[in-house]
Amino acid sequence: MVAYSVRVDTADFDANDLLTQMHRDAPQIGAVASFLGVVRATPEQPLESLYIEHYPVMTEAEISRIIEQAQQRWPLNYVQVYHRVGRLAIGERIVWVAVSSAHRGAAFQACEFVMDYLKTRATFWKKECFADSERWVEQRASDVEKMQAW
Amino acid sequence: MIKVRFFARLREELGVDQLQVEWSSGMTVADLLVDLKRRSDLWQKSLSSPNILIAVEQRHATVDTMLDDAAEVAFFPPVTGG
Repeated sequence: MVAYSVRVDTADFDANDLLTQMHRDAPQIGAVASFLGVVRATPEQPLESLYIEHYPVMTEAEISRIIEQAQQRWPLNYVQVYHRVGRLAIGERIVWVAVSSAHRGAAFQACEFVMDYLKTRATFWKKECFADSERWVEQRASDVEKMQAW
Repeated sequence: MIKVRFFARLREELGVDQLQVEWSSGMTVADLLVDLKRRSDLWQKSLSSPNILIAVEQRHATVDTMLDDAAEVAFFPPVTGG
């Protein structure tokens, strides 16, 4: 029986705490693969903040569906997703995905799969806020292609 | 009644984050869009954008998706999380 946790929140997270939780909730693990997404600086003008909007309830439901798909494709032990919303500064943590499995192949692949699907299906929208303007980030064709390639 | 929600840039363009629309039996998302686009030129233009995504009852859907009474429908731009 595979377990998972999904959390969407404004609050920051600590990767160590999340890994400790995973060990506690699903102790039979041999391999843990993880991804951390961080707010990066924008090349053309200084980013004041990144604002992340989401569709409450659908976001969590969609991520759960993505995790279920991953669990059907690979033998997984536990999948953990944490995604922040609200206003974030450069360098702040945005998203965490961790996958545990008996062996590393499935863990690495499932982690990438969850991220690729989250980027194209989960209902979040990012807005870059500069000193005197703001701009909604556009979805990238390359992200869609990557998801479709699975 | 159908509850309709808008997110992100679409919400900003329309100036509305949610509204209610009368439901009728056999109504699809396409029917709802015809109805909404009639509101003004702005609604016509914004909702005719090729990249609008649709959710019905918080699941990804299409223009052909049938709506039950009291359904929640959402329209939004391509997502950019992660």
